[in-house]
Amino acid sequence: MKRHRLSTRIWHWVNALSLVILFMSGLNISNAHRRLYWGEAGFEAADAWLHVARFPGWATIPGHYSLSAARDWHLLFAWVFTLGLLLYIASALLNGHLRRDILTSRKEWRWAAIRADFAAHLRLDFQHAGGKYNFFQKLSYALVIFLMLPLMVLTGLALSPAMDASWPWLLDLFGGRQSARSIHFIVAWGLVVFLVVHVVLVLLSGPIRQLRDMTVGGSADEAA
Amino acid sequence: MKRRNLLVGLGAGLVAGCSKVGQSEPMQTLFDWSERLHNGAHRALGRKALAREYAPEDISPFFRGNGTIEPDGGAYAAHAAAGFADWRLAVGGLVRRELALSLDQLMVLPQRTQITRHDCVEGWSAIGQWTGPQLSTVLQMADLQPEARYIVFRCADRLNGAEYYESIDLEDAFHPQTIIAHRLNGEPLPVRNGAPLRMRIERQLGYKHAKYLTGIEAVASLEGIGRGEGGYWEDRGYQWYAGI
Repeated sequence: MKRHRLSTRIWHWVNALSLVILFMSGLNISNAHRRLYWGEAGFEAADAWLHVARFPGWATIPGHYSLSAARDWHLLFAWVFTLGLLLYIASALLNGHLRRDILTSRKEWRWAAIRADFAAHLRLDFQHAGGKYNFFQKLSYALVIFLMLPLMVLTGLALSPAMDASWPWLLDLFGGRQSARSIHFIVAWGLVVFLVVHVVLVLLSGPIRQLRDMTVGGSADEAA
Repeated sequence: MKRRNLLVGLGAGLVAGCSKVGQSEPMQTLFDWSERLHNGAHRALGRKALAREYAPEDISPFFRGNGTIEPDGGAYAAHAAAGFADWRLAVGGLVRRELALSLDQLMVLPQRTQITRHDCVEGWSAIGQWTGPQLSTVLQMADLQPEARYIVFRCADRLNGAEYYESIDLEDAFHPQTIIAHRLNGEPLPVRNGAPLRMRIERQLGYKHAKYLTGIEAVASLEGIGRGEGGYWEDRGYQWYAGI
């Protein structure tokens, strides 16, 4: 039994690449109109709730301001990201990965257990018996996979005038197109926070082994 | 500081790679393929779906003008001074009956009024009430020939020295919300919003909604018009299908 299934490993890296390209091309798109609004409409400075900084070329795809090229990248990798996420969630439901490794049990929610897990994190001890992932790990993976990533897909779809015609509930769900655009922006930065914490924790918990296992699989026993 | 340098280095590497790869033939093919996939997926989800229509209280107090906000040249200024009394909309190309319609002739056709949201490719949105005849009415009067596949819109304005133009397929041309608008919020179109006539193509982004409309042309192919990509912005790298 491998530590990470083939489907998990393929999705992990395809998704990582897609998210980086989507984020960096998204920063280029953000440079086209650097204000965020709530509700359906908005274009004036006075209506904005946030004035966004101009993102520098080294952080954007492509490396110079080009809304058309950035949209090409963003809209192509939106397909890779969305289809990958759908396939991954479907396979995680079917093969038991979700139930076995991601869903938390009632006893993990006891205050003493949460405190113990938190204390273990402070000692940089991430190896927990009885399950592949620890409590906070399960919570953050569930938050990303079942809330943040689907929110990126749905708020992205709500920006499309053709999708809004076919699926008007998208506008009702987010309270309007400009609200969806704001949420798209906020959750994107939330994913950056996840990425930073994720990478730091990998670095603290044996990065060579972690990278090897997420690429070639690793062994389940070694991980426990 | 070091970590920041590493991040900048990684970012710059990816950016340089993507900028180069982005211009390569296979990548351009993938981008085109993704554009067609969007178009196909949107058609599959709702061929006849209508864009949301809003209530009068949702109308934006001021409707921003973008792109050309006042066409250059004496001819347009003279038309504007005369209240566009001599403005003609030419309907031609692959039609059985060519037309040259005045504003008065367009105004006696059945009219549609709709309060819709305008989404610019840059990211902003504005809500306005538009009035005008449906494009389908005018196309039926002109009687399209069977070879016609696209409708091209000719405009009076030039951007950076080139004529503005746009094009849509027949699916959008015969969509009930595709109208030739001559009024915004109950008033004649302001110059910045495309006076005297502009297109509304409600399921696509703003650059498709050609302003200062002078002609409607039915064609079998977009080749040989402008640089052949189907529109002013399309000739400069933007996607022809702008439903997203």
